Formats: sequence, structure tokens, C-alpha cells
Amino acid sequence: MPRVHRDRLKKHKLRFQRKIQLLSAVLVNGYAMGFAKGKIFTGPTKAVCVPVLNCYSCPGALGACPIGSLQAVLGGANRRFPFYVLGLLTLFGVALGRLACGLFCPFGLVQDLLHKIPSPKLKVPKRADKPLRLLKYIILIVMVILLPAFAATATGVTPPFFCKYLCPAGTLGGGVPLLLANPSLRALAGALFCWKTLVLALILAACVFIPRAFCRYLCPLGAFYSLFNRFSLYQMTLDRDKCVGCKKCERACPMAVEVTKRINSAECIRCGKCREACPTKAIGSGMDLGRKPADAPEKLP
Amino acid sequence: MKSKTVLAARLGLLALAAAFLAIGLLGREHVEVFQKAVKICLECIGIG
Repeated sequence: MPRVHRDRLKKHKLRFQRKIQLLSAVLVNGYAMGFAKGKIFTGPTKAVCVPVLNCYSCPGALGACPIGSLQAVLGGANRRFPFYVLGLLTLFGVALGRLACGLFCPFGLVQDLLHKIPSPKLKVPKRADKPLRLLKYIILIVMVILLPAFAATATGVTPPFFCKYLCPAGTLGGGVPLLLANPSLRALAGALFCWKTLVLALILAACVFIPRAFCRYLCPLGAFYSLFNRFSLYQMTLDRDKCVGCKKCERACPMAVEVTKRINSAECIRCGKCREACPTKAIGSGMDLGRKPADAPEKLP
Repeated sequence: MKSKTVLAARLGLLALAAAFLAIGLLGREHVEVFQKAVKICLECIGIG
């Protein structure tokens, strides 16, 4: 086969990350009948939280959304500490860090595909980027934890503030398909649905120009997992002897991580694009069982 | 960060996760999650 054709085929071959993302999206939303009937799955697996942001009101969802569950337990009639949900999230975090964001999250896949639309791409200046990244932690603390836990309501049950006012995954995965397939729900849509559709449209538009804009600035689940990136069993590694300092990895990174300085930064979603971009194969990844993390402070030659 | 610190943090967090899971399961919190997840969450889909 001529080299030109071979290169073209190679270019169009699905990357490992994309294959896993597609497989995960199908597995997490495997109840195909739900989309046709406009109903949701009600089987026993709904008691288990999935490790990704995937609305439990998506017609295909086979598991529970961890962020929705956290708010439901905190703001439910019993108002209790969410031991079960936090236990699961901590387990996912310690094992994988933000690998779930880079490889398994269906909304991450949506963002990656949107960023493929040909358009001018924006590089957010550092002075705006840094404070904006703090937003996701504020959303996690205020909308996911404090408001559901402490806001007073007449019924004693507080709404899931993040899901209700901000979550684009709920609108895209749950709201849109359910309203399309279910006329009785469609009749109930009002101002809140307009608001949520506007938020979804803005976030999706931002993702065309800024890679993983939602993961970078708004996702409370990513904020939670980011706390574990440095301790997680899954680690990225950088062989400093092989690194030639070309910074191709940093240009390929959708999260704008300074790969050669802190490869296991809290912002790294372990998507593997840096590893693919590295011309000297200095970057690796895998389960690290007790070795020294690769981003221990060492100076480049 | 020294490897011993990382190892200690991992083990501590794993133990914490296991303890939280056990307490949650004993308190039947998974039932509360299930009950929420099998009904259409009107707030989540933007109905209110």
C-alpha cells in the first residue's frame, strides 16, 4: 500500500482513548429501550454509583450519578452524611485519580468530539485560566455539598442545586432524550428547561473553542478526583533522562498541564495525549504500587 | 513527595473508603441512592 494511503488510514484509526470512551458511554448507558420508550432503567444496578458524570435520569443509564447521589443523600429527608457515596468516590479516586475523566466519562467524549469541529482554538491566558479553574472547587463545595446539606425548604428536602441549575450532562443525557420521547414530560417544560438548555448550549459552544472547557472550569466530580491525582495508584510517569524538553506534550495536552514540571498535576485527566505526542517515549503511565511518583521535583538538564 | 508518604496516604485513603462504604451499606444508604435513581429526577432534566 502506498505510504500516503497508509498514513491516511493511520490518521483515521480510532485512538485507544476514543475506543475506551465509546465503550464506556455504551456500557454506562446500555439500556437502549429507555431511549425508545422515554423511560428510565429501574434495575438493581441503579443502587451503584458510576465513576463518571452521567445523569441517572438518562434513559439509558444503568447506574447512579455520583454527584446527584451525593446531593440526594445530603439533602434528603434523613439529611445524613453520605458515607456510601463518598466511600465509592474515594475508592475511584485512590485507584484512578482523574483517569475516569479522560477515559470513561461520556460527557468528556462529547467535549472531545466538539473540539474536533474546525474553528479557531482559544488559548486561555494564564491569569484568567488559574482563577477560573478554582470555580469547579467552589461549585463542589457550594452547590453540591453546602446548599443541599444546609438550605432550608418547606418540605425538609433540598433540591440538587448543581443538577437543577448547572449540570449540562443531565440536560443532554436526560432532559433532551426524555422530552423528545415523552410528550407528557414535554408539556411540563418551562423556564427552568430554557435556562438549562441555555447553560448546555453555552458549555457545548465553549468546548468547540477551548478543549475540555467543562472539565477544566466547572465539573465538581473532576474537582473531587483531582484531590487524589498525586496519591492515586494510576500514575503518569516521566523519564527525565529521555525527555528532550521539546514541550510537544504540553502543546498536545487538552488541560494545559505543564507536563514536564508536574506530570501528575491535579488538572491531568490521564487522557494519554502527552504520551502519544512524545517523540522520545519519555512519558508512560500505569499502576504504581509504592514506587516514587514521577513528578517528584527534579530539574531538567 | 516521598514514596513512604504516598504509600501511607494511599493506604489511609483506601481504609477510609472501605470504612465509609461499610458504614454506608450498614446504614442502607444504597437503598436511598437506588430510590432516587429509579425515579425521573425532574430537577436534573430541567422540569423543576
